[in-house]
Amino acid sequence: MIEVDHVTKRFGNITAVRNVTFHVEKGEILGFLGPNAAGKTTTMRIITAFLPATSGTVRVAGNDVFEKSIAVRERIGYLPENVPLYNHMKVKDYLRFVSRVKGIDDRNRDSRLEHAIELCSIGDVRETIIGKLSKGYKQRVGLAQALIHDPDVLILDEPTNGLDPKQIIEVRELIKNLGGDRTIIVSSHILPEVSMTCGRVVIINEGEVVAEDTPENLTAKLKGSESLFLRIEGSPEGILSTIKAVPGVMSVTTNGEGGYEVDSDVGQDVRRDLAATLVGQGWGLLEMRPIGMSLEEIYLKLTTREESEV
Amino acid sequence: MANNPGNTQMRKSLAILEKELEAYFVSPIAYAVITVFLLLSGFFFYNILSYFNLQCLQYSQYPYMLEQLNVNEMVMRPLFHNMAIIILLITPLLTMRLFAEERRSGTIELLMTSPVTHWQVTLGKFGACFIVYALMVGITLLYTAVLMMHGEPDFGPILSGYLGLLLMGAAFISVGLLASSFTENQIVAAVISFGALLLFYMIGWLSNFVGTTMGEILSYLSIVEHLDDFVKGVIDTKDIVFYVSFVLFGIFVTVRSVESSTWR
Repeated sequence: MIEVDHVTKRFGNITAVRNVTFHVEKGEILGFLGPNAAGKTTTMRIITAFLPATSGTVRVAGNDVFEKSIAVRERIGYLPENVPLYNHMKVKDYLRFVSRVKGIDDRNRDSRLEHAIELCSIGDVRETIIGKLSKGYKQRVGLAQALIHDPDVLILDEPTNGLDPKQIIEVRELIKNLGGDRTIIVSSHILPEVSMTCGRVVIINEGEVVAEDTPENLTAKLKGSESLFLRIEGSPEGILSTIKAVPGVMSVTTNGEGGYEVDSDVGQDVRRDLAATLVGQGWGLLEMRPIGMSLEEIYLKLTTREESEV
Repeated sequence: MANNPGNTQMRKSLAILEKELEAYFVSPIAYAVITVFLLLSGFFFYNILSYFNLQCLQYSQYPYMLEQLNVNEMVMRPLFHNMAIIILLITPLLTMRLFAEERRSGTIELLMTSPVTHWQVTLGKFGACFIVYALMVGITLLYTAVLMMHGEPDFGPILSGYLGLLLMGAAFISVGLLASSFTENQIVAAVISFGALLLFYMIGWLSNFVGTTMGEILSYLSIVEHLDDFVKGVIDTKDIVFYVSFVLFGIFVTVRSVESSTWR
C-alpha cells in the first residue's frame, strides 16, 4: 500500500532522511519509532506529499506522491505533529471546512461528519470554539479531521503527544479500532505506544532505518546476550570476582545495593553453574531471574550505538 | 461528483474563500481596517467638499467662473486619488495574514496535504480578500449619494472611477498575497507588501529623469497612474490590461511561491 524506496531528503547541507526504504502492506499498522529529530516527521511529510523528496520515490496505492499528488492526498488522512487547527472556529465548522476542502459532496457530508465525531468521541464539544479546547480534545479533533474522508491510509505523527495517560489509552484503542482495512503509520518516540498498537516497527535514527521487524522478532534478534539479575548478600568485591570466574559469563555489573546484572553468551545457560559456585563459596544467593530485553532497551541500544559511532 | 469535476474543484476554492471571509470578520482585522479607511476617506471627502463649497461661494458672483467648477473634477477626482493612497497604506494589513498565519500556525500542512491544488488555495484567499476590499470601497458610494442629493455629478466618471479602484485594489492584493507567502511573520509580510506597493507607486516619478523610452516604461509600471484614466471617465483597454495582467502575474508568482515554500 505504501512503498517508500531509497528516499533521501536534504535541507541545504543537512541530510534529514538518508536512503530510507520500507513498505507497508494493506491493513497493516506500522510503528515508526525514533528519538526526536530522527527524521520521522520529514519522512511522513514526504509520504503525505507535503515535502518533495530530494531523491527516491514514494508510492501510495501505486501512485507516485510527487507526480499524482492530488490522487494520493485523496486517499491519505494525515495528522501532523502540530495539529493543524483554526483556533477561531467551532469544532463542527472546522470539520465542515475540512470536509469541503477534501471534496466530500453535500449529500454525504453530514453523515461523514457525524461518523468522524462519533469515532473520536468529540460530540460534546462540537459547538465549542477550538481555541478553548484542552490539548486532548484538540488532538482528537485533529484525528477526526484526518478520518473525515474515510481514507485508506492514515499517517499519524505522534498522535498521543501531550495527552494524559487516560487519553493516551483512549487514542491507542481508537488507533487499534481504526485498523483492519486501513493502512496506518503511527510515529512515536515513546516505545510502549508502538509495541502495543503496531504489528511491525521501523526504527529510525539520524535519518536512517536502523531496524525493521515485529516487536517480538526485534526483541529476539537484537538480544546480543542473555541477561540475569541476581540479588546476593555479601561483600561486592568478592562476589564480583566469583561471578566473573564462572565460565560463560561475559560481564557483570552491580547496583551497589546487593543487585547484580550478569550478561552471558547467547544460548548458554549459566544459571546452574552460577548458583552452585555462589552457594559453594558461601555467598547468600537471595534472588536470580532472567531479564528479557525490553523494546525500550533495544531502542536505546540502537539509537545510542549510532551516536557513539559518529 | 465524478460527473462534474469542474464544479467540485470550484467548490474547494469556494470553501477556502468562505473560511477566509469568516476569519476576517471573526477577528477584528476587517472591522478595524474598514473603520479606519472610512474615517480617513470621510475626512478627505469632507475636506475636499468644503473647499469646493467655498469656491462655489467665492465665484457665485461670476457665472462664467461658476460654470468652470465641476463636481467630478474638483471633488471626486481628488477624492479617488486620496483614497488610492489610503488603500495603498491599508491593503497590506488585509493581506498580511493570508498565508503567513497558515504557515505560523501549521495549518498550511492541512491545506497542502488535502486534495486541493495551490491554485485553488491561492484563488480562494485572493477572492476573500477582494470581497472585503470591495465592501470597504463600496461603502464610500455613500459619498456619491451625498453629492447626488445636493448637486448633479456626472455618474459615468464615478462608476468608471470605482471600476478603477477595484482593479487597482486587486493589483494591491496580489502583491500583498505574494508577500504573505514569503514568510510566517505577518508583520514582515505587511512591511514587504507596503514597500513593494510604495515602490510601484513612486516608480513613475523617475520617468522625468531617465530617457523617453525608459520613462514611458516606468510610468506605465506605476500602479496608481493607471487609475487616473478611470477617474476621468476614460475606460482604456491599456489600463485594464495593465491591472488584469498585474493581478494574474501576482497570483501566478504566489502559487509558485507557495509551491516552493515547502521545498526550502
